[in-house]
Amino acid sequence: MSHETYLFSRMAREDVHTLKGYEAQGGYQAFKKILSEGTSPTDVTGIVKDSGLRGRGGAGFPTGLKWSFMPDPAKDSRTRYMAVNADESEPGTCKDRILMERDPHGLLEGCMIAAWAMGLAGIYIYVRGEYRLSYARLDEAIQEARAAGLIGENIMGSDFSCEVQMHKGAGAYICGEETGLMESLEGKRGHPRPKPPFPAGFGLWGQPTTVNNVESIFNVPFILERGSDWFKTMGTEKSPGNFLCGVSGHVEKPGVYEIALGTPASTILNEYAGGVWRGRELRAWIPGGSSTGFLRPEMIDTPMDHDSVKAVGSMFGTGAMIILDQTASVVHSALVLMNFYEHESCGQCSQCREGTEWLAQVFQRIHDGQGRMEDIDLLTDIANGMAPGKTICALADAAAIPTHSVIRNFRDELVEYVQEGGHAAVSKKRSLPLEVV
Amino acid sequence: MALTDALKEEFTELASHYPKRQAALIPALHRCQEDLGGWLSPEIIESVAEWFEMEPVEVFSVASFYPMFFLKPVGKHIVSVCRNISCDLRGSEELFERVCQVTGAKAGANSTDGDFYVEQVECQGGCANAPMMVLDGIYHEDLTPDKAEAILGSLKR
Repeated sequence: MSHETYLFSRMAREDVHTLKGYEAQGGYQAFKKILSEGTSPTDVTGIVKDSGLRGRGGAGFPTGLKWSFMPDPAKDSRTRYMAVNADESEPGTCKDRILMERDPHGLLEGCMIAAWAMGLAGIYIYVRGEYRLSYARLDEAIQEARAAGLIGENIMGSDFSCEVQMHKGAGAYICGEETGLMESLEGKRGHPRPKPPFPAGFGLWGQPTTVNNVESIFNVPFILERGSDWFKTMGTEKSPGNFLCGVSGHVEKPGVYEIALGTPASTILNEYAGGVWRGRELRAWIPGGSSTGFLRPEMIDTPMDHDSVKAVGSMFGTGAMIILDQTASVVHSALVLMNFYEHESCGQCSQCREGTEWLAQVFQRIHDGQGRMEDIDLLTDIANGMAPGKTICALADAAAIPTHSVIRNFRDELVEYVQEGGHAAVSKKRSLPLEVV
Repeated sequence: MALTDALKEEFTELASHYPKRQAALIPALHRCQEDLGGWLSPEIIESVAEWFEMEPVEVFSVASFYPMFFLKPVGKHIVSVCRNISCDLRGSEELFERVCQVTGAKAGANSTDGDFYVEQVECQGGCANAPMMVLDGIYHEDLTPDKAEAILGSLKR
Protein backbone atom coordinates (compact mmCIF):
# COMPACT_ATOMS: atom_id res chain seq x y z
CA MET A 1 0.00 0.00 0.00
CA SER A 2 2.92 2.36 -0.42
CA HIS A 3 2.40 4.78 -3.26
CA GLU A 4 3.15 8.40 -3.96
CA THR A 5 0.82 10.76 -2.12
CA TYR A 6 0.46 14.50 -2.54
CA LEU A 7 -3.07 15.61 -1.61
CA PHE A 8 -2.47 14.93 2.09
CA SER A 9 1.26 15.64 1.94
CA ARG A 10 1.22 18.91 3.89
CA MET A 11 -1.15 17.89 6.63
CA ALA A 12 1.41 16.54 9.07
CA ARG A 13 2.25 20.12 9.92
CA GLU A 14 -0.14 21.49 12.53
CA ASP A 15 -0.33 25.05 11.15
CA VAL A 16 -0.75 24.25 7.45
CA HIS A 17 -4.12 26.05 7.50
CA THR A 18 -2.25 29.33 8.04
CA LEU A 19 -0.42 31.22 5.31
CA LYS A 20 2.84 30.75 7.21
CA GLY A 21 2.41 26.99 7.46
CA TYR A 22 1.35 26.74 3.83
CA GLU A 23 4.18 28.85 2.44
CA ALA A 24 6.74 27.01 4.57
CA GLN A 25 5.87 23.93 2.51
CA GLY A 26 6.22 25.56 -0.87
CA GLY A 27 2.72 27.03 -0.96
CA TYR A 28 1.74 29.60 -3.62
CA GLN A 29 4.97 28.88 -5.55
CA ALA A 30 3.08 27.46 -8.53
CA PHE A 31 0.79 30.48 -8.73
CA LYS A 32 3.62 32.98 -8.24
CA LYS A 33 5.68 31.29 -10.94
CA ILE A 34 2.86 31.53 -13.48
CA LEU A 35 2.37 35.18 -12.67
CA SER A 36 6.06 36.16 -12.65
CA GLU A 37 6.84 34.24 -15.82
CA GLY A 38 3.65 35.39 -17.47
CA THR A 39 2.67 31.87 -18.56
CA SER A 40 -0.23 32.38 -20.93
CA PRO A 41 -3.71 31.42 -19.71
CA THR A 42 -4.05 29.09 -22.71
CA ASP A 43 -0.85 27.29 -21.68
CA VAL A 44 -2.08 26.89 -18.10
CA THR A 45 -5.36 25.42 -19.30
CA GLY A 46 -3.34 23.28 -21.71
CA ILE A 47 -1.29 21.78 -18.87
CA VAL A 48 -4.43 20.96 -16.84
CA LYS A 49 -6.01 19.49 -19.98
CA ASP A 50 -2.91 17.45 -20.77
CA SER A 51 -2.75 16.08 -17.21
CA GLY A 52 -6.06 14.31 -17.81
CA LEU A 53 -7.41 15.49 -14.43
CA ARG A 54 -11.06 14.48 -14.15
CA GLY A 55 -13.54 16.29 -11.90
CA ARG A 56 -13.78 14.76 -8.44
CA GLY A 57 -17.33 15.92 -7.73
CA GLY A 58 -19.12 12.96 -9.26
CA ALA A 59 -19.36 13.25 -13.04
CA GLY A 60 -15.64 12.79 -13.76
CA PHE A 61 -15.65 15.40 -16.52
CA PRO A 62 -12.12 16.50 -17.58
CA THR A 63 -11.33 19.72 -15.68
CA GLY A 64 -9.08 21.32 -18.31
CA LEU A 65 -11.65 20.67 -21.03
CA LYS A 66 -14.31 22.34 -18.89
CA TRP A 67 -12.07 25.39 -18.48
CA SER A 68 -11.55 25.56 -22.24
CA PHE A 69 -15.32 25.93 -22.77
CA MET A 70 -15.15 29.44 -21.32
CA PRO A 71 -15.47 31.93 -24.19
CA ASP A 72 -12.37 33.65 -25.54
CA PRO A 73 -11.97 36.98 -23.66
CA ALA A 74 -10.87 38.63 -26.91
CA LYS A 75 -14.28 37.90 -28.42
CA ASP A 76 -16.48 38.05 -25.35
CA SER A 77 -15.79 40.80 -22.85
CA ARG A 78 -18.36 39.74 -20.24
CA THR A 79 -17.30 39.33 -16.58
CA ARG A 80 -16.36 35.73 -15.80
CA TYR A 81 -16.83 33.77 -12.63
CA MET A 82 -16.03 30.49 -11.01
CA ALA A 83 -18.11 28.82 -8.34
CA VAL A 84 -16.28 26.25 -6.27
CA ASN A 85 -18.69 23.49 -5.39
CA ALA A 86 -18.09 22.90 -1.70
CA ASP A 87 -21.67 21.79 -1.07
CA GLU A 88 -20.44 18.26 -0.37
CA SER A 89 -23.62 16.31 0.40
CA GLU A 90 -23.64 13.07 -1.56
CA PRO A 91 -24.24 10.48 1.16
CA GLY A 92 -20.97 8.73 2.03
CA THR A 93 -18.85 11.65 0.85
CA CYS A 94 -16.76 13.53 3.43
CA LYS A 95 -13.49 14.33 1.66
CA ASP A 96 -13.71 18.00 0.63
CA ARG A 97 -14.37 18.86 4.24
CA ILE A 98 -10.90 17.59 5.22
CA LEU A 99 -9.18 19.62 2.50
CA MET A 100 -11.02 22.80 3.50
CA GLU A 101 -10.56 22.36 7.25
CA ARG A 102 -6.92 21.33 7.12
CA ASP A 103 -5.38 22.89 4.01
CA PRO A 104 -7.57 25.82 2.85
CA HIS A 105 -4.74 27.69 1.13
CA GLY A 106 -4.24 24.67 -1.15
CA LEU A 107 -7.74 25.23 -2.47
CA LEU A 108 -7.20 28.99 -2.75
CA GLU A 109 -3.99 28.57 -4.74
CA GLY A 110 -5.88 26.30 -7.15
CA CYS A 111 -8.59 28.95 -7.38
CA MET A 112 -6.10 31.66 -8.27
CA ILE A 113 -4.47 29.50 -10.96
CA ALA A 114 -7.94 28.85 -12.38
CA ALA A 115 -8.62 32.59 -12.19
CA TRP A 116 -5.53 33.33 -14.26
CA ALA A 117 -6.30 30.56 -16.77
CA MET A 118 -9.90 31.66 -17.33
CA GLY A 119 -9.52 35.39 -16.76
CA LEU A 120 -11.96 35.34 -13.84
CA ALA A 121 -13.04 38.50 -12.06
CA GLY A 122 -14.63 36.69 -9.15
CA ILE A 123 -14.70 33.34 -7.43
CA TYR A 124 -17.35 32.18 -4.99
CA ILE A 125 -16.71 29.24 -2.73
CA TYR A 126 -20.15 27.79 -2.04
CA VAL A 127 -19.79 25.85 1.23
CA ARG A 128 -22.69 23.89 2.63
CA GLY A 129 -24.09 25.71 5.65
CA GLU A 130 -23.34 22.90 8.10
CA TYR A 131 -19.57 23.00 7.42
CA ARG A 132 -18.79 25.75 9.93
CA LEU A 133 -15.11 24.92 10.37
CA SER A 134 -14.54 24.67 6.61
CA TYR A 135 -16.12 28.09 6.19
CA ALA A 136 -14.14 29.67 9.02
CA ARG A 137 -10.82 28.22 7.90
CA LEU A 138 -11.34 29.32 4.29
CA ASP A 139 -12.55 32.75 5.37
CA GLU A 140 -9.39 33.27 7.45
CA ALA A 141 -7.22 31.97 4.61
CA ILE A 142 -8.82 34.42 2.16
CA GLN A 143 -8.13 37.32 4.51
CA GLU A 144 -4.51 36.25 4.92
CA ALA A 145 -4.01 35.78 1.19
CA ARG A 146 -5.64 39.13 0.45
CA ALA A 147 -3.38 40.89 2.95
CA ALA A 148 -0.38 39.22 1.30
CA GLY A 149 -1.43 40.52 -2.11
CA LEU A 150 -2.30 37.09 -3.49
CA ILE A 151 -6.02 37.80 -3.93
CA GLY A 152 -7.80 41.02 -4.90
CA GLU A 153 -6.62 44.02 -6.88
CA ASN A 154 -3.30 43.99 -8.78
CA ILE A 155 -2.14 40.63 -7.52
CA MET A 156 1.60 40.57 -6.77
CA GLY A 157 1.90 43.99 -8.34
CA SER A 158 0.61 42.79 -11.72
CA ASP A 159 -2.42 44.13 -13.54
CA PHE A 160 -4.27 40.91 -12.81
CA SER A 161 -7.15 41.18 -10.31
CA CYS A 162 -9.56 38.60 -8.95
CA GLU A 163 -11.71 38.53 -5.83
CA VAL A 164 -12.57 35.41 -3.83
CA GLN A 165 -15.65 35.35 -1.61
CA MET A 166 -17.16 32.79 0.69
CA HIS A 167 -20.81 31.88 0.31
CA LYS A 168 -22.80 29.85 2.82
CA GLY A 169 -25.51 27.43 1.68
CA ALA A 170 -28.42 26.33 3.84
CA GLY A 171 -28.66 22.57 3.62
CA ALA A 172 -30.15 21.41 0.33
CA TYR A 173 -28.59 18.46 -1.54
CA ILE A 174 -29.76 19.79 -4.89
CA CYS A 175 -27.51 22.84 -4.52
CA GLY A 176 -24.59 20.52 -5.21
CA GLU A 177 -25.93 20.27 -8.77
CA GLU A 178 -24.05 22.98 -10.65
CA THR A 179 -27.02 24.95 -11.94
CA GLY A 180 -28.94 24.52 -8.68
CA LEU A 181 -25.84 25.87 -6.97
CA MET A 182 -25.82 28.94 -9.21
CA GLU A 183 -29.50 29.65 -8.58
CA SER A 184 -28.92 29.31 -4.85
CA LEU A 185 -25.89 31.59 -5.03
CA GLU A 186 -28.07 34.20 -6.70
CA GLY A 187 -30.32 34.09 -3.63
CA LYS A 188 -33.11 31.91 -5.01
CA ARG A 189 -34.55 28.45 -4.42
CA GLY A 190 -32.00 25.89 -5.62
CA HIS A 191 -33.93 24.84 -8.72
CA PRO A 192 -31.59 23.44 -11.38
CA ARG A 193 -31.70 25.15 -14.77
CA PRO A 194 -32.33 23.37 -18.05
CA LYS A 195 -29.16 22.89 -20.11
CA PRO A 196 -28.33 24.30 -22.64
CA PRO A 197 -27.40 27.04 -22.11
CA PHE A 198 -24.37 25.68 -20.27
CA PRO A 199 -22.71 27.63 -17.44
CA ALA A 200 -19.69 28.57 -19.59
CA GLY A 201 -22.02 30.61 -21.80
CA PHE A 202 -24.72 31.57 -19.31
CA GLY A 203 -23.83 31.03 -15.68
CA LEU A 204 -23.97 33.26 -12.60
CA TRP A 205 -26.04 36.34 -13.43
CA GLY A 206 -25.95 35.24 -17.06
CA GLN A 207 -22.17 35.56 -17.27
CA PRO A 208 -19.62 32.90 -18.30
CA THR A 209 -19.09 30.63 -15.29
CA THR A 210 -17.24 27.45 -14.47
CA VAL A 211 -18.27 25.25 -11.56
CA ASN A 212 -15.58 22.94 -10.15
CA ASN A 213 -15.43 20.64 -7.17
CA VAL A 214 -13.06 21.38 -4.26
CA GLU A 215 -10.84 18.32 -4.77
CA SER A 216 -10.55 19.00 -8.52
CA ILE A 217 -9.25 22.52 -7.90
CA PHE A 218 -7.03 21.28 -5.06
CA ASN A 219 -5.17 19.07 -7.58
CA VAL A 220 -4.33 22.00 -9.86
CA PRO A 221 -1.33 23.60 -8.05
CA PHE A 222 0.37 20.18 -7.84
CA ILE A 223 -0.08 19.67 -11.58
CA LEU A 224 1.30 23.12 -12.40
CA GLU A 225 4.22 22.70 -10.04
CA ARG A 226 5.24 19.17 -10.98
CA GLY A 227 3.94 18.89 -14.54
CA SER A 228 1.28 16.89 -16.30
CA ASP A 229 3.72 14.04 -17.01
CA TRP A 230 4.29 13.58 -13.29
CA PHE A 231 0.53 13.55 -12.72
CA LYS A 232 0.06 10.84 -15.32
CA THR A 233 2.53 8.54 -13.54
CA MET A 234 -0.22 7.95 -10.97
CA GLY A 235 -3.60 6.35 -11.53
CA THR A 236 -4.70 4.93 -14.87
CA GLU A 237 -4.34 6.20 -18.41
CA LYS A 238 -7.89 7.54 -18.53
CA SER A 239 -8.17 8.44 -14.84
CA PRO A 240 -4.79 9.76 -13.76
CA GLY A 241 -3.79 10.96 -10.31
CA ASN A 242 -4.84 10.14 -6.79
CA PHE A 243 -8.27 10.60 -5.28
CA LEU A 244 -9.64 10.93 -1.80
CA CYS A 245 -11.58 7.82 -0.96
CA GLY A 246 -14.02 8.04 1.92
CA VAL A 247 -14.77 4.60 3.31
CA SER A 248 -17.77 4.32 5.61
CA GLY A 249 -20.23 1.79 6.95
CA HIS A 250 -19.30 -1.63 8.26
CA VAL A 251 -15.50 -1.43 8.21
CA GLU A 252 -12.92 -1.61 10.98
CA LYS A 253 -11.28 1.72 10.13
CA PRO A 254 -13.63 4.12 8.42
CA GLY A 255 -11.77 7.12 7.07
CA VAL A 256 -10.69 9.20 4.12
CA TYR A 257 -7.67 7.76 2.34
CA GLU A 258 -5.54 9.08 -0.50
CA ILE A 259 -5.57 6.35 -3.12
CA ALA A 260 -4.21 6.04 -6.66
CA LEU A 261 -7.04 5.79 -9.17
CA GLY A 262 -7.32 2.24 -10.45
CA THR A 263 -6.62 0.63 -7.06
CA PRO A 264 -8.94 -2.36 -6.57
CA ALA A 265 -11.82 -1.68 -4.18
CA SER A 266 -10.81 -4.84 -2.28
CA THR A 267 -7.37 -3.35 -1.58
CA ILE A 268 -8.95 -0.16 -0.27
CA LEU A 269 -11.38 -2.13 1.88
CA ASN A 270 -8.86 -4.59 3.30
CA GLU A 271 -5.54 -2.76 3.38
CA TYR A 272 -6.69 0.75 4.20
CA ALA A 273 -10.04 0.40 5.94
CA GLY A 274 -9.10 -2.69 7.89
CA GLY A 275 -11.60 -4.98 6.18
CA VAL A 276 -15.27 -5.66 6.93
CA TRP A 277 -15.73 -5.09 10.66
CA ARG A 278 -16.03 -7.78 13.32
CA GLY A 279 -14.58 -10.39 11.01
CA ARG A 280 -17.81 -10.55 9.04
CA GLU A 281 -18.43 -11.22 5.37
CA LEU A 282 -19.26 -8.57 2.79
CA ARG A 283 -22.90 -8.46 1.72
CA ALA A 284 -22.94 -5.42 -0.57
CA TRP A 285 -20.99 -2.25 -1.31
CA ILE A 286 -21.50 1.11 -2.95
CA PRO A 287 -18.55 2.37 -4.99
CA GLY A 288 -18.95 6.13 -5.21
CA GLY A 289 -21.62 7.71 -3.03
CA SER A 290 -25.29 6.83 -2.60
CA SER A 291 -26.27 7.56 -6.21
CA THR A 292 -24.02 4.87 -7.66
CA GLY A 293 -25.99 1.88 -6.43
CA PHE A 294 -25.41 -1.40 -4.62
CA LEU A 295 -22.86 -3.87 -5.97
CA ARG A 296 -22.38 -7.54 -5.17
CA PRO A 297 -19.46 -8.82 -3.06
CA GLU A 298 -17.92 -10.67 -6.01
CA MET A 299 -17.42 -7.28 -7.71
CA ILE A 300 -15.16 -6.01 -4.90
CA ASP A 301 -11.99 -6.51 -6.95
CA THR A 302 -13.17 -3.81 -9.38
CA PRO A 303 -10.47 -1.15 -9.85
CA MET A 304 -11.63 2.20 -8.54
CA ASP A 305 -11.46 4.37 -11.63
CA HIS A 306 -14.13 5.82 -13.89
CA ASP A 307 -14.03 3.23 -16.68
CA SER A 308 -13.65 0.14 -14.50
CA VAL A 309 -16.57 0.99 -12.23
CA LYS A 310 -18.67 1.87 -15.27
CA ALA A 311 -17.88 -1.57 -16.71
CA VAL A 312 -19.63 -3.27 -13.77
CA GLY A 313 -22.75 -1.20 -14.36
CA SER A 314 -22.15 1.56 -11.84
CA MET A 315 -20.29 4.86 -11.57
CA PHE A 316 -17.13 6.08 -9.90
CA GLY A 317 -19.10 9.08 -8.58
CA THR A 318 -17.38 10.78 -5.66
CA GLY A 319 -15.27 7.69 -4.91
CA ALA A 320 -17.00 7.28 -1.55
CA MET A 321 -17.23 3.57 -0.72
CA ILE A 322 -19.99 2.41 1.60
CA ILE A 323 -19.68 -1.12 2.98
CA LEU A 324 -22.54 -3.38 4.14
CA ASP A 325 -21.74 -6.53 6.13
CA GLN A 326 -23.53 -9.88 6.00
CA THR A 327 -26.11 -8.88 8.62
CA ALA A 328 -27.11 -5.73 6.74
CA SER A 329 -30.15 -5.39 4.55
CA VAL A 330 -29.89 -3.91 1.09
CA VAL A 331 -33.65 -3.31 1.06
CA HIS A 332 -33.41 -1.34 4.30
CA SER A 333 -30.49 0.75 3.08
CA ALA A 334 -32.26 1.35 -0.24
CA LEU A 335 -35.28 2.61 1.69
CA VAL A 336 -33.04 5.01 3.65
CA LEU A 337 -31.74 6.33 0.33
CA MET A 338 -35.17 6.62 -1.29
CA ASN A 339 -36.46 8.63 1.67
CA PHE A 340 -33.44 10.88 1.16
CA TYR A 341 -34.07 11.43 -2.56
CA GLU A 342 -37.75 12.08 -1.92
CA HIS A 343 -36.80 14.67 0.67
CA GLU A 344 -34.23 16.33 -1.60
CA SER A 345 -36.14 16.40 -4.90
CA CYS A 346 -36.63 20.10 -5.67
CA GLY A 347 -40.06 19.39 -7.11
CA GLN A 348 -39.68 21.06 -10.51
CA CYS A 349 -40.02 17.92 -12.65
CA SER A 350 -42.99 15.66 -12.04
CA GLN A 351 -41.00 12.52 -12.97
CA CYS A 352 -38.67 13.20 -10.05
CA ARG A 353 -41.09 14.80 -7.59
CA GLU A 354 -43.60 11.94 -7.91
CA GLY A 355 -41.12 9.21 -8.82
CA THR A 356 -38.92 9.59 -5.75
CA GLU A 357 -42.03 9.51 -3.56
CA TRP A 358 -43.40 6.39 -5.24
CA LEU A 359 -40.03 4.61 -5.01
CA ALA A 360 -39.90 5.41 -1.30
CA GLN A 361 -43.47 4.15 -0.83
CA VAL A 362 -42.90 0.88 -2.66
CA PHE A 363 -39.61 0.19 -0.86
CA GLN A 364 -41.39 1.03 2.40
CA ARG A 365 -44.13 -1.51 1.84
CA ILE A 366 -41.68 -4.23 0.80
CA HIS A 367 -39.66 -3.35 3.90
CA ASP A 368 -42.76 -3.50 6.11
CA GLY A 369 -43.85 -6.89 4.82
CA GLN A 370 -46.73 -5.71 2.64
CA GLY A 371 -44.79 -6.13 -0.58
CA ARG A 372 -46.11 -8.07 -3.57
CA MET A 373 -44.05 -9.88 -6.19
CA GLU A 374 -45.24 -7.47 -8.85
CA ASP A 375 -43.76 -4.61 -6.82
CA ILE A 376 -40.34 -5.60 -8.13
CA ASP A 377 -41.43 -4.86 -11.71
CA LEU A 378 -43.24 -1.78 -10.48
CA LEU A 379 -39.95 -0.42 -9.09
CA THR A 380 -38.34 -0.96 -12.49
CA ASP A 381 -41.24 0.78 -14.24
CA ILE A 382 -41.09 3.79 -11.96
CA ALA A 383 -37.31 4.09 -12.28
CA ASN A 384 -37.56 3.80 -16.08
CA GLY A 385 -40.09 6.62 -16.06
CA MET A 386 -37.68 8.88 -14.21
CA ALA A 387 -34.36 8.45 -16.02
CA PRO A 388 -32.15 8.71 -17.97
CA GLY A 389 -32.53 12.11 -19.56
CA LYS A 390 -36.16 12.69 -18.61
CA THR A 391 -35.68 15.55 -16.16
CA ILE A 392 -33.86 18.88 -15.86
CA CYS A 393 -31.10 17.50 -13.65
CA ALA A 394 -29.71 14.14 -12.58
CA LEU A 395 -31.39 13.80 -9.19
CA ALA A 396 -34.00 11.50 -10.73
CA ASP A 397 -31.15 9.39 -12.13
CA ALA A 398 -29.55 9.38 -8.69
CA ALA A 399 -32.65 7.66 -7.30
CA ALA A 400 -33.25 5.42 -10.33
CA ILE A 401 -29.70 4.01 -10.46
CA PRO A 402 -29.66 2.52 -6.94
CA THR A 403 -33.20 1.18 -7.55
CA HIS A 404 -32.10 -0.64 -10.70
CA SER A 405 -29.01 -1.89 -8.87
CA VAL A 406 -31.11 -3.50 -6.13
CA ILE A 407 -33.25 -5.28 -8.70
CA ARG A 408 -30.29 -6.35 -10.82
CA ASN A 409 -27.91 -7.36 -8.04
CA PHE A 410 -30.15 -8.19 -5.07
CA ARG A 411 -33.38 -9.44 -6.56
CA ASP A 412 -33.07 -12.46 -4.26
CA GLU A 413 -33.34 -10.17 -1.25
CA LEU A 414 -36.42 -8.39 -2.60
CA VAL A 415 -38.05 -11.80 -3.16
CA GLU A 416 -37.04 -12.86 0.36
CA TYR A 417 -38.66 -9.73 1.82
CA VAL A 418 -41.90 -10.38 -0.05
CA GLN A 419 -41.98 -14.07 0.84
CA GLU A 420 -40.80 -13.88 4.45
CA GLY A 421 -42.92 -10.88 5.40
CA GLY A 422 -40.55 -7.95 5.58
CA HIS A 423 -37.68 -6.53 7.55
CA ALA A 424 -38.48 -7.86 11.01
CA ALA A 425 -38.64 -11.46 9.78
CA VAL A 426 -35.63 -11.22 7.48
CA SER A 427 -33.37 -9.50 9.97
CA LYS A 428 -34.27 -12.03 12.66
CA LYS A 429 -33.28 -14.82 10.33
CA ARG A 430 -30.06 -13.07 9.38
CA SER A 431 -28.89 -11.90 12.79
CA LEU A 432 -25.79 -13.50 14.22
CA PRO A 433 -25.48 -15.05 17.67
CA LEU A 434 -24.28 -12.59 20.29
CA GLU A 435 -20.65 -11.86 19.79
CA VAL A 436 -18.01 -13.03 22.19
CA VAL A 437 -16.38 -9.88 23.49
CA MET B 1 -38.58 41.60 15.30
CA ALA B 2 -36.94 44.50 13.57
CA LEU B 3 -33.48 44.32 12.07
CA THR B 4 -30.77 45.92 14.17
CA ASP B 5 -28.53 48.58 12.67
CA ALA B 6 -25.59 46.22 13.12
CA LEU B 7 -27.34 43.58 11.02
CA LYS B 8 -28.21 46.10 8.33
CA GLU B 9 -24.56 47.11 8.18
CA GLU B 10 -23.60 43.46 7.81
CA PHE B 11 -26.14 43.06 5.00
CA THR B 12 -24.58 46.00 3.18
CA GLU B 13 -21.16 44.43 3.54
CA LEU B 14 -22.44 41.02 2.37
CA ALA B 15 -24.22 42.54 -0.60
CA SER B 16 -20.98 44.21 -1.69
CA HIS B 17 -19.60 40.76 -2.51
CA TYR B 18 -22.00 40.32 -5.41
CA PRO B 19 -23.07 42.22 -8.51
CA LYS B 20 -26.72 41.81 -7.42
CA ARG B 21 -28.06 42.37 -3.95
CA GLN B 22 -30.33 39.32 -3.83
CA ALA B 23 -27.28 37.02 -3.77
CA ALA B 24 -26.73 38.10 -0.17
CA LEU B 25 -30.21 36.89 0.84
CA ILE B 26 -29.31 33.40 2.12
CA PRO B 27 -26.23 34.57 4.06
CA ALA B 28 -28.40 37.39 5.47
CA LEU B 29 -31.12 34.96 6.56
CA HIS B 30 -28.43 32.92 8.35
CA ARG B 31 -27.34 36.02 10.25
CA CYS B 32 -30.92 36.84 11.22
CA GLN B 33 -31.56 33.34 12.48
CA GLU B 34 -28.34 33.44 14.52
CA ASP B 35 -28.97 36.84 16.09
CA LEU B 36 -32.74 37.16 16.29
CA GLY B 37 -34.02 34.26 18.33
CA GLY B 38 -33.07 31.14 16.37
CA TRP B 39 -35.88 31.16 13.81
CA LEU B 40 -37.25 33.29 11.00
CA SER B 41 -40.54 34.80 12.16
CA PRO B 42 -42.94 36.44 9.70
CA GLU B 43 -41.80 39.81 11.11
CA ILE B 44 -38.16 39.03 10.36
CA ILE B 45 -39.07 37.83 6.86
CA GLU B 46 -40.89 41.13 6.31
CA SER B 47 -38.00 43.29 7.46
CA VAL B 48 -35.53 41.29 5.40
CA ALA B 49 -37.80 41.64 2.36
CA GLU B 50 -37.95 45.37 2.90
CA TRP B 51 -34.16 45.65 3.04
CA PHE B 52 -33.75 43.52 -0.09
CA GLU B 53 -36.56 45.37 -1.90
CA MET B 54 -38.37 42.07 -2.42
CA GLU B 55 -41.87 40.87 -1.61
CA PRO B 56 -42.14 39.04 1.74
CA VAL B 57 -43.56 36.03 -0.08
CA GLU B 58 -40.44 35.86 -2.28
CA VAL B 59 -38.19 35.79 0.78
CA PHE B 60 -40.46 33.21 2.39
CA SER B 61 -40.31 31.10 -0.76
CA VAL B 62 -36.52 31.06 -0.60
CA ALA B 63 -36.32 30.50 3.16
CA SER B 64 -38.79 27.61 3.04
CA PHE B 65 -36.67 25.77 0.43
CA TYR B 66 -33.71 25.31 2.77
CA PRO B 67 -33.80 22.86 5.68
CA MET B 68 -31.40 24.94 7.78
CA PHE B 69 -33.94 27.75 8.13
CA PHE B 70 -36.57 27.36 10.83
CA LEU B 71 -39.93 28.96 10.20
CA LYS B 72 -41.29 28.04 13.62
CA PRO B 73 -39.83 28.70 17.07
CA VAL B 74 -37.22 26.15 18.09
CA GLY B 75 -35.81 25.13 21.46
CA LYS B 76 -32.75 26.68 23.03
CA HIS B 77 -30.52 23.85 21.81
CA ILE B 78 -30.85 22.24 18.39
CA VAL B 79 -29.89 18.59 18.01
CA SER B 80 -29.69 17.23 14.47
CA VAL B 81 -28.99 13.51 14.14
CA CYS B 82 -27.96 12.19 10.73
CA ARG B 83 -30.16 9.38 9.44
CA ASN B 84 -28.50 8.71 6.08
CA ILE B 85 -26.91 5.46 4.98
CA SER B 86 -23.42 5.60 6.54
CA CYS B 87 -24.79 6.68 9.91
CA ASP B 88 -27.74 4.28 9.67
CA LEU B 89 -25.33 1.36 9.16
CA ARG B 90 -23.56 2.30 12.38
CA GLY B 91 -26.55 2.75 14.64
CA SER B 92 -28.05 6.20 14.09
CA GLU B 93 -31.55 4.88 14.85
CA GLU B 94 -30.53 3.87 18.38
CA LEU B 95 -28.66 7.14 18.71
CA PHE B 96 -31.73 9.15 17.73
CA GLU B 97 -33.97 7.19 20.10
CA ARG B 98 -31.65 7.99 22.97
CA VAL B 99 -31.47 11.66 21.98
CA CYS B 100 -35.27 11.83 22.09
CA GLN B 101 -35.34 10.05 25.44
CA VAL B 102 -32.74 12.30 27.05
CA THR B 103 -34.17 15.55 25.73
CA GLY B 104 -37.82 14.60 26.02
CA ALA B 105 -38.46 15.84 22.50
CA LYS B 106 -39.95 14.03 19.52
CA ALA B 107 -38.63 14.10 15.95
CA GLY B 108 -39.07 17.55 14.41
CA ALA B 109 -40.42 19.05 17.65
CA ASN B 110 -39.39 20.89 20.78
CA SER B 111 -39.14 19.42 24.26
CA THR B 112 -41.93 20.56 26.58
CA ASP B 113 -39.48 22.63 28.65
CA GLY B 114 -38.41 24.37 25.43
CA ASP B 115 -34.77 23.48 26.00
CA PHE B 116 -34.34 21.25 22.98
CA TYR B 117 -35.43 20.91 19.38
CA VAL B 118 -34.50 17.54 17.86
CA GLU B 119 -34.59 16.45 14.25
CA GLN B 120 -33.29 13.76 11.94
CA VAL B 121 -31.33 15.21 9.06
CA GLU B 122 -29.80 13.97 5.84
CA CYS B 123 -26.08 13.40 5.27
CA GLN B 124 -23.91 15.96 7.08
CA GLY B 125 -20.60 14.77 5.63
CA GLY B 126 -19.50 12.97 8.78
CA CYS B 127 -19.73 9.55 7.11
CA ALA B 128 -16.28 8.29 8.09
CA ASN B 129 -17.04 9.15 11.73
CA ALA B 130 -20.56 7.79 11.91
CA PRO B 131 -22.89 7.99 13.66
CA MET B 132 -22.94 11.67 14.35
CA MET B 133 -25.07 14.57 15.50
CA VAL B 134 -24.82 18.31 15.23
CA LEU B 135 -25.50 20.17 18.47
CA ASP B 136 -25.96 23.93 18.10
CA GLY B 137 -23.88 23.88 14.93
CA ILE B 138 -21.01 21.82 16.37
CA TYR B 139 -20.25 18.35 15.01
CA HIS B 140 -20.12 15.44 17.46
CA GLU B 141 -18.85 12.31 15.71
CA ASP B 142 -18.02 8.67 16.43
CA LEU B 143 -20.97 8.65 18.82
CA THR B 144 -22.64 5.96 20.85
CA PRO B 145 -25.99 6.52 22.60
CA ASP B 146 -24.10 6.76 25.91
CA LYS B 147 -21.68 9.38 24.60
CA ALA B 148 -24.57 11.43 23.23
CA GLU B 149 -26.40 11.17 26.54
CA ALA B 150 -23.32 12.47 28.38
CA ILE B 151 -22.97 15.41 25.96
CA LEU B 152 -26.65 16.35 26.20
CA GLY B 153 -26.80 15.73 29.94
CA SER B 154 -24.13 18.34 30.52
CA LEU B 155 -26.44 20.93 28.95
CA LYS B 156 -29.46 20.15 31.07
CA ARG B 157 -30.31 22.31 34.01
